[in-house]
Amino acid sequence: MARNPNDHPDQPRVGEGRLDRRGFLKHGATLAAVTTPAVAQATQVGGDLPWLHVPGQPFSGYGQPSPHERYTARRIGANRAVAGNGVSFTPLEDLEGTITPNGLHFERHHNGVPQIDPAQHRLVVHGRVRQPLSFDVKSLLRYPMRSQLLFIECGGNSNAGWHAEPIQRPAGSVHGLVSCAEWTGVPLSILLDEAGVDPGASWVIAEGADAGAMNMSIPLGKMRDDCLIGLYQNGERLRPENGYPMRLIVPGWEGVLHVKWLQRLEVADQPVMSRNETSKYTELLPSGKARQFTFTMGCKSLITTPSHGQTLRQPDVYQISGLAWSGHGRISRVEVSADNGRHWSDAALQSPALPRCFTRFRLPWRWDGKPAVLKSRATDEAGNVQPERAALIAERGRAGYFHYHAIVAWAVEDDGLVSHIY
Amino acid sequence: MDWFRIFIKGAALTALLTGCATPLPPRIEAPKLGTPVTADTLIAQTLNVFPDGRGLPSGQGSVAEGARLFARHCAGCHGKDGRGGTAEELTGASRPLDHPAADKTIGSYWPYATTLFDFIRRAKPMGAPGTLSADEVYALSAWLLHANGLIAADTVMDAARLAALRMPNRDGFLRIEAP
Repeated sequence: MARNPNDHPDQPRVGEGRLDRRGFLKHGATLAAVTTPAVAQATQVGGDLPWLHVPGQPFSGYGQPSPHERYTARRIGANRAVAGNGVSFTPLEDLEGTITPNGLHFERHHNGVPQIDPAQHRLVVHGRVRQPLSFDVKSLLRYPMRSQLLFIECGGNSNAGWHAEPIQRPAGSVHGLVSCAEWTGVPLSILLDEAGVDPGASWVIAEGADAGAMNMSIPLGKMRDDCLIGLYQNGERLRPENGYPMRLIVPGWEGVLHVKWLQRLEVADQPVMSRNETSKYTELLPSGKARQFTFTMGCKSLITTPSHGQTLRQPDVYQISGLAWSGHGRISRVEVSADNGRHWSDAALQSPALPRCFTRFRLPWRWDGKPAVLKSRATDEAGNVQPERAALIAERGRAGYFHYHAIVAWAVEDDGLVSHIY
Repeated sequence: MDWFRIFIKGAALTALLTGCATPLPPRIEAPKLGTPVTADTLIAQTLNVFPDGRGLPSGQGSVAEGARLFARHCAGCHGKDGRGGTAEELTGASRPLDHPAADKTIGSYWPYATTLFDFIRRAKPMGAPGTLSADEVYALSAWLLHANGLIAADTVMDAARLAALRMPNRDGFLRIEAP
C-alpha cells in the first residue's frame, strides 16, 4: 500500500479523499452503531407484511428474478434499420460478485439471433486435415469436457473512452460489453486430432450459422492450446443469444473470436482476411498504419460502485467495489485512489483470482463530503499495468476504436452525485 | 501398446510397494464420433475466400450490372453512391488514414479485394444473406471497386482479376499477434 510517511494507520483519512483500510477496520464499530436503528425499524414494519400471512406463489419450471429487480436488464444499442445488428450491455453496476447471469450476458450480433434446431446443426472440421469430419450436437455431448470460468469481452468495449469528452452513461452502458461465466465444452484439440491436422497448417477459420455466416481466423496454436467448443454456460446449455447450440471459447481473447452458432472450422495455412478481421476489429494508429490480429484483451479494471449516476447520500463509509480482468492471466493487484491518482491503496481481491476471469475487488472508503475522484488500476500476473487514459492515447491515438482499457475516473461532487470525468 | 500396459502395471506395483502417489490411469481415448464429409459436400458449403483467390467460384460480373444490383439491394442503407447512408461508408474517402478522423472505406482501408466477395456472398443483402449468385457477387464487387476508383468502368470481374487486384492499403497492417 502506498503510504505517505506522515500518515498514521490509526487515523482514517477524513477530509483528504484518501483511503485507509486499516483505519476503517478500527472504526468499523461506528458504522454498525449507525445501522442498528434502521434494522430495528424494519423488524417492526415486518409485523404487518402481507407475505407473512398468505400462501406464496407455487413452484416454477424456470425461475425468474424478483419483479422488483426488473430494471436490472441489458441495455440495447441496435441499428434502427436492422434490429438484429448491434449490442446489448451487461448492467455491471447492478451486479455483484463475478458471475454474469445468463440472461444478462452481453450480446453482439451482426444480423440477429438465429433460432437453431440442434437436430439440424452440424459442426464441420475441414480444410488442411487428413479427414474432413462432421459432428452433430448429440455426439459432441459425449466427448470429454472441461469447465472454465472466463470473461468474454468485445474488442469494442469501452470505446467511448476514445471520445474527446467523457460519456455520461452508467458504467455498464459504456463498459458492459464484457461478462463472465463458467463455460463448459469439448477441448478443440480433441476434434482437431480426430480430423488429423496437416503439419503445414497454422490458422483455423471459424464460421457461425447466423444470417451472414460470420467468419474469423484464429491461430492454430491457440486453438490447440486452450480453446473449447462451448456447450454449457453457467451449467445450462447456451442461450440462443450466446451461440446455442455451440460456440467457440477462446480464453482471454477478444469476443468476436468466440464465434457463436459455430458451424465450420476450416484449417488453413493463412488467415482468410475476412471483413471483420480487416476493415473491423483493427486499430488505426496516428501513423496511418493499423494494428491487426490484436487478440489478447488488456489488463483492465472498473469501479462499479460507486459509479456514474449513483449518489452518495451523506458523508459516511461506502464500499468501493469493482471488477478487474486481463486476457494475459490472473489479476495480481488492484489499487484504488480517491484523489485522482495521487495516492493509491491496495483493494482486497476476492479469492480465487482465476486467470482470464473477472476478479472482484473491494475497499471501504470514508467519504468526507468533499469532491473526490475515484480510480482503480489493475495489474496482472504477467506484469501488465492498466494505463492512464493519457498514456494509452499517447501510444495509440484516438482513432483505434477497439481495445480501450485505460483507467476510468469517477468524480464524486460535494452533493454526492457521481459522474464520469477524464 | 503392450509396452504401455506393462509400464502402467509396473507403476501400479511400484506405488503399492512404496505406498506413495497413485499412478496415472492409462490414457482414456475420446470417442471418435465425427462423420466423414465428402469433397462435393464441402465444395458446396464452403464460403471462405482467401487473399490468393482460393475459394472463389467461377462466374463473372460487370461494373454496369453491379451498379443496378447496388441500387436495388444496398443503396437503401449505404447511400446511392456508397456513402451518405445510415450504414458503412464504402466509397469516397477524402481524409487520409493518418488523419485523426480518417475515412476507412473499401478503397482507402481494405487490404484485399477478395474480402469483398467473401463478405458479400455470405452476409449481403442483410435482409436475405446468401441469396446472391456468384455472378451477382462479382458484379457488386466490380461496382464497389470502380466506385472507389480502383478499376475501369468497362471491367468484367472474375476470380482471376479479383485475386490479382492489389488494394492501395495492402501493406497498411501490423500483424500484432499473428503466428
